[in-house]
Amino acid sequence: MASITLPRTVLIFVALLLAFFPLIGATFYIQLGAKIMIMAIFALSLDLLVGHTGLVSLGHAAYFGIAAYSLALISPKYEAASLWLTLPAAMIMAALAALVIGFFVVRTAGVYFIMVTLAFAQMLYSIFHDTRMAGGSDGLYIYVRPELSIAGFKPLDLESPTQFYYLALIFLAIVYVFLDRLLHAPLGRALAGIRANEQRMSSIGYPVFAYKLAAFVVAGALAGLAGYLAACQFGYVNPDILAWHQSGIVLMMVILGGMGRLHGAVLGAFSYVLIQEVLSAPALLGAYAKHWQLAMGSLIVLIVLILPHGIAGFLDIALRRYSYRFSRDQRGDGV
Amino acid sequence: MLYLIQLLNAVQYGLLLFLLSSGLTLIFGIIGVINLAHGSFYMVGAYLAYWLAKLTGSLWLAIPIGIVIAFGIGLLLETTIINRLYKRDHLYQVLLTFGLILIFEELRSILFGDEVHGVAVPALLDFSIPLTETLSYPVYRLFVTAVCLVIAGLLYFIIQSTRVGMMIRAGNSNREMAASLGVNIPVLFALVFASGMALAAFAGTIAAPISSVFPGMGNQILIICFVVVVVGGIGSINGAMIASLAIGLADTVGKVFAAEYSAVAVYLVMAAILLWRPQGIANKA
Repeated sequence: MASITLPRTVLIFVALLLAFFPLIGATFYIQLGAKIMIMAIFALSLDLLVGHTGLVSLGHAAYFGIAAYSLALISPKYEAASLWLTLPAAMIMAALAALVIGFFVVRTAGVYFIMVTLAFAQMLYSIFHDTRMAGGSDGLYIYVRPELSIAGFKPLDLESPTQFYYLALIFLAIVYVFLDRLLHAPLGRALAGIRANEQRMSSIGYPVFAYKLAAFVVAGALAGLAGYLAACQFGYVNPDILAWHQSGIVLMMVILGGMGRLHGAVLGAFSYVLIQEVLSAPALLGAYAKHWQLAMGSLIVLIVLILPHGIAGFLDIALRRYSYRFSRDQRGDGV
Repeated sequence: MLYLIQLLNAVQYGLLLFLLSSGLTLIFGIIGVINLAHGSFYMVGAYLAYWLAKLTGSLWLAIPIGIVIAFGIGLLLETTIINRLYKRDHLYQVLLTFGLILIFEELRSILFGDEVHGVAVPALLDFSIPLTETLSYPVYRLFVTAVCLVIAGLLYFIIQSTRVGMMIRAGNSNREMAASLGVNIPVLFALVFASGMALAAFAGTIAAPISSVFPGMGNQILIICFVVVVVGGIGSINGAMIASLAIGLADTVGKVFAAEYSAVAVYLVMAAILLWRPQGIANKA
């Protein structure tokens, strides 16, 4: 099994690169960067289930969407809501939804789990789509972004793309470190045990159901964080954000990057959004850009067939070859 | 009388679901592949019905040609792509077939556009049976019900009483054992997959005059079929039959009593089954 995360020096280097990016990037790219980091948080949350617990959820967009809708529903119309109130509220709503749905789905395994998570997510989609309680199929607007203030002082103004970018970066870093700690803590080791052999874990006395449910709820809450940020950024929510298509995309990000590795999820989000931007750019592909999903679908099929361990797995192999040659040169027995 | 109409609708919808979910459950039970693109074949069938009916001027011609085309596409897909997934984790099967959905949807958008199209009911069946002075029931819906029943009976006969059916049952209960006893697995798998696709497309062609053809129609019904398979139990045709009718009924009851929340009724049935019998009604624990 490859390492869960990258060496600390590499991580700090990447974090610094991301922190300095707004100094040189144009506004469009800063917004794109924030979007990528939000999707990275979303992919990280799903990787906790898929890559680290062995639960393939195909309904993860539900919790993303619940949190986004929570923000839209509790924000006052013409004044800014407080981030300190709305963010925990949105994450709690997502966690609660994950708790209730998880109570039903976690008792299933394998292919049942895939179908049941998808079905419950679709149920939420149809509730938001068919009823008028949250704008129906038209969705809802968030006219004023939430504000972040500490005793009257506002360290970050979310209306500014650059400052919003930093907020997303801070949250990405927090989630990354949190998951890294979690996976090295007893809970994370137990989840890895469940992923490897569920029967064994249960026969040596671990309450497997409770552990899996805990992972499901934590993943739901973190997906909620991503959903909250996404709703903040776009100022608009509609039922499509919790549709199964969105769940498929985030699963794609996890696999594309390489599951079971935290940096894989981030790489996956980064690559997916960039690929999508390129494929749907009329400047590059003209009239075909409208049909970018055709190219994306073909790419997904190809990746499953030829790149089973994702980009991170590919890098792992390349790095191992490199470090092997490097250590051989150091010992002086190289050619 | 109103309830009779609703009951007939429920049975018709349930049987249509059976055509789709029987293929889905068999493909999973025998081949071990979870196929998200199953719904896409429902859509392919419906669009083929629309296109071929316009081309030939008759739905009666469109249906058999559509089935043959769908069978061919299924066979091609199985032998080029799906057969590489047998030994892979479900995760990759989900992802690859998700990619296939995107491809099918986008091809549909390129070839037929994004509008909703209607398909005319064949003139022969384009009338209604009056039930009371104001209510009547369209004959085409009864025809669909009858056809689905015939197909279901045929499927039952093939699986229970023919040599191919025996192989299918053998493959369903123990793939490796069936292979080691001389069942030609690659051929059987290709046949089962392509037949499942043809069944799904057939459901699409005969449903087209009722539901009209529209973008995303396959995905909507796919998820309901997943619910049917979960409720019925994977690999079980009998379970799929019972579950299809139950879900058809739940959906119709939901529509009558709580229109806005009608979609929820179906999932409530699923949640209840998950608590009561997580392995589905037809499978033993």
